[in-house]
Formats: sequence, structure tokens, C-alpha cells
Amino acid sequence: MSDSHSDNGGRRRFLIGAAGALGAAAAAAVATPFVMSMLPSARAKAAGAPVEIDIAKLEPGMMMTSEWRGQPVWVVNRTPEMLAQLAKNVDRLRDPGSDNSEQPEYCKNPTRSTAEHPNLLVAVGICTHLGCSPQDRMKAGNAAGMGEDWPGGFFCPCHGSKFDMAARVFQNVPAPLNMRIPPHMYQANGRLLVGADKSKGA
Amino acid sequence: MSTASENTKLAQATQWIDARFPMSSLWRDHISEYYAPKNFNFWYYFGSLAMLVLVIQLVTGIFLTMNYKPDARFAFASVEYIMRDVNYGWLIRYMHSTGASMFFVVVYLHMCRGLMYGSYRKPRELVWLIGMGIYLCLMGEAFMGYLLPWGQMSYWGAQVIISLFDAISPPLALWIRGDFVVSDATLNRFFAFHVIALPLVLVGLVLVHIIALHEVGSNNPDGVEIKKHKDPVTHKPLDGINFHPYYTLKDLVGVSVFLAIFSAVVFFAPEMGGYFLEANNFIPADPMKTPPHIAPVWYFTPYYAILRAIPQKQLGVIAMGAAVLIFLALPWLDRGAVKSIRYRGTLYKTAFGMFITAFLILGYMGTQDPNLWYVNPVSQVCTAIYFAFFLLMPIYSKLDKTLPEPDRVTS
Repeated sequence: MSDSHSDNGGRRRFLIGAAGALGAAAAAAVATPFVMSMLPSARAKAAGAPVEIDIAKLEPGMMMTSEWRGQPVWVVNRTPEMLAQLAKNVDRLRDPGSDNSEQPEYCKNPTRSTAEHPNLLVAVGICTHLGCSPQDRMKAGNAAGMGEDWPGGFFCPCHGSKFDMAARVFQNVPAPLNMRIPPHMYQANGRLLVGADKSKGA
Repeated sequence: MSTASENTKLAQATQWIDARFPMSSLWRDHISEYYAPKNFNFWYYFGSLAMLVLVIQLVTGIFLTMNYKPDARFAFASVEYIMRDVNYGWLIRYMHSTGASMFFVVVYLHMCRGLMYGSYRKPRELVWLIGMGIYLCLMGEAFMGYLLPWGQMSYWGAQVIISLFDAISPPLALWIRGDFVVSDATLNRFFAFHVIALPLVLVGLVLVHIIALHEVGSNNPDGVEIKKHKDPVTHKPLDGINFHPYYTLKDLVGVSVFLAIFSAVVFFAPEMGGYFLEANNFIPADPMKTPPHIAPVWYFTPYYAILRAIPQKQLGVIAMGAAVLIFLALPWLDRGAVKSIRYRGTLYKTAFGMFITAFLILGYMGTQDPNLWYVNPVSQVCTAIYFAFFLLMPIYSKLDKTLPEPDRVTS
């Protein structure tokens, strides 16, 4: 017994190594279905259908919130003053051209809106920092409680990020990017479809 | 073991068991003949108190599970049902919610004790690392448990914390949520982790923590090893006393005082002015609207303040994670000639005082509105002090002019 023990040292190590490697591979294989079971289910994936929003009664200066894919979607009807202010904000913004931010190609412009309705802002109302929903601070100046030089926009209560009236992020706040603009398109009778656009269809 | 005269039925029963399971030797090794230093002070209550709170949480948790429903449609209402209709449900829930905060109170004091007396130093590095494992596990328990009532703070707290993972790896955040937003899938899995997975790990880690501690022996307020001086005949440490009855009785005093405080909170101030249970969590979760002022429960606020202090997303998340994990490096950062703060010099004492102050101020800042002018600058200064305490420790702990350690424990 003891002789064969020393003679077979290399073989023993090989067998232990091989058994260990196969065991580890088997453990990884068994872990796979458990890990994958925690990814979004087929039902969760199917729940992302576009939603239709009635914006016929949205007066200038007003904002409404709807739900799309479990997230708040804002529609803001901006006044001419609000739109005029946008160009003046550029120096204070982190990504004024929205070069790193997420929006459909047709909204990559200073108002971050479609060409047909430049006054309407459609944005996912989720802060790009840690996912809170910012609050409406649309009035400029002291009226919004944001200080004298506040140009009007949105304020995230969680970590103090600030956005302008085109949902573009200001400098020196934690949020890295402008808020997301979802794919959307306007339909007849003052209706807005969020989650689909002309390029992909509804 | 027993002589013929003692050979009663009880002794026979003990013998019968000992032949099959090491009952008597376990009792001796860990309780009756575990020699702990004779100079334990106030700070040594919190280990046994942490175990008491663990038992409170396990027992109340089991009974809450009997009426709670981990379903986004019913969760909030089932908690209200527990509070209003279940017999003594309010008491069991308030014990559980108060227990969560008290767990962190005793664990923070227990960790502070370790910092003061150098309990993380050689040969207790593993005791410290396992303890940190318990702390991390506890943070996970608290975070996941907080989602279960499905109130506004539950929802938005989870949203923010999971977004921290999103900053590192979006697929990881998706995997944790099990959906594209915090939803029923998230609630259901957090329930599974909170009531099964993490408690099992927690109980296992507590056992390993105690086994490791009893292997190396307890540290003490003087930071000197009692195993250096043993009785030549019995080989027992001269400065050690039996854990039972001496420390079991001492700990019972601690338990009595603790339970008096605990009961006072449960009966008179279960919400603790919004620090233990936040007002916004009495509103059902609304994914469309973040509450105007959100802050985590008090025990996470120091780290939350660090996260907010840094105006860059990834860096903020990294700093927050590092602030927690840097405790793991402590045994190797400290180059001091002595373990206990009693014999450290001015340099270390100043650094330690600044660290504790910065930690407390960060905790306060984390509860405050980020728009107040002082919140960000103060948090940034305190964050710098927090990290400097650890990162500069190899330098100042070595330069520190220490007093000579006594050979034996002092009082």
C-alpha cells in the first residue's frame, strides 16, 4: 500500500485535478439555470408595449406624467419664454449637444423635441444619476426656490441633480447625462404615442 | 468523568450523550472554561447583545412571514393588516423594525470597540474579516427587508441602491431587479433573500466568528495577550476568568438594560421621529413620483452622504463602496506599536477622534436636504477625513509616540 502511494503520486494529483476540474464545470453548469432564472422573465419582457397619451388639453406651461414600461414619462408644453431660455443655458450644461445622452436621432437638437412640435418635451422622468424621478421646478428665478439665477427646469430631490427645460443636465451635479427621450410620435386628434416612432412603427 | 457517588440519572444521561455528541466538551470549551480577560468593560456588552438582536429578528421575522404577502399588489396592504388586524401584529412588527435599527446600533458600537482596542490586529485578523462579512450581510438584510412593506421609501430606496449597480454594470442591475424597473419580480426575490438566503449565511457567519474568536482568545481594553502569562500548573491564563458564570452574568445585566431601552422604543417611539420608520413609507409605492425628500434609514446615511458628496456618478459609487470595504484592510494598515487606544500617542488619538466625528457628521448630512448650502462642502471635508484616517494610517500609526504597554492587564 505505502509503496504504491509514493509511486502513484503524479497519477493521484492528475486524478484529483481532473475530478476537481470536472466537478467545478458541473457546478458551473448547475448554477447556470439558477442564475438565468433571475433575469427578466418572458412576461416581463413582453410588457413593454407602446402607450398612447391624450395631450390635446395640455396648455402651454403645463406638464403631465404618464406611465410607459413602469416608468414615468413626462410631456411638457413649453412656453416661448422657456424655449428662448434654452439657448442661454448652454454654457452651464454638461452635455448641451446631447452627444453622450440617449434620445432618438430626430430629437438630437437644442429643444430635444421633434421638428413638428418643438414646444413639446417628451422625456422619461428618471434622473440619470440613481433613478429617482426629478421634480417640476419649471418657474425661473426665486419662485421655484432654487435661487436667483435658476433658469427653470427640474430638480432631483435625491442627490440634487438639476436639469433645464429640455431635460439637459447642468454642470456640477451628480447626474452624468441628460434625461432620456423615448421614441415617440404624434398622431391625429392630439394624441401622442410613446414607445414607437415612424422608423420602427407602432 | 463522574465518580460513582455522583452517578445519578442526570450524570448517566450526560454520559450517554457525550459518548455520541461532544456536549460537555463544547460547553467547557466555549462557555464554562473559555477564559476571557478579566478586565472587560462597558464596550464588551455589544457582542452578546448583537446575538440577542439576531434572535429577536429571527423569531419576529418568522411570525411576520405568517401574514405578510410578497406580492406588489398585496404587500402594502398585508403589512397594514398585520398592524391593525393580526393579534399583537403591531407589536411583532415594531419589534422587528426596531430590532433592525438596534442591530446596527449594537454592531456599530461593537465595531467601534474593535477600533479602539485594536481587536482587528494580529492574531485576530480573521475574526475581524468574518465580522465584516457579518456587517455586509446585515446591510443586505436591511436593504432587502426595507423593500418588503412596498411603501414609497421602500420603492425609491431600492431604485437608488440598484442604480448604484447600474453605474457599474447595467446587465447586473437588470439581473438583480429581474425586470426593467423595480417591480413585483424584485419584491418577490428580495423576500426570498431576506427570509431564507441571507439569514442562513448570517447565522453561519456568526458561528464562524465565535469559533475563530475562541481559537485566538478575546482581546481586552489593554490590548495585551493574556495567553502570555499562564499558571504553570493548570496552564490557564492568569488574567483570564471563566466566561461562565462571570461574563454570562455580566452580559445579563447588559441584556436587562438593553431590553428596557428596546421596549421603550417599541412601545413609545417605534418610528423614532422618522429615523427608524420613515413617514413616506406609510404611503404605498408609486413608481411615477419620488417623494420630495428621500433619505435612507439612519444606519446607511454616512455612506449615502459620501455618495452625494462626489459630483460624478461612477466616482461617487466607487467611493461609497470603498468606504465600506476599506474596513477590511484595517489589520494591515495599522502599524502601531500597541493595540489599545489607552497606550497610543496624540497622533493616533487625534486621527481616531477626527474619524469618529467625521463618521457622525456624515451620518447627519446624509439625512439632510442636499440643497442646503452647507451639506455638500461639509460632506466633502468629512469624506476626505474618513478616507485619510485609513489611507494615512500606515504613516501616522508608525510615527505615533506610544506609551509602553503593561505586561499584564491593568484593572
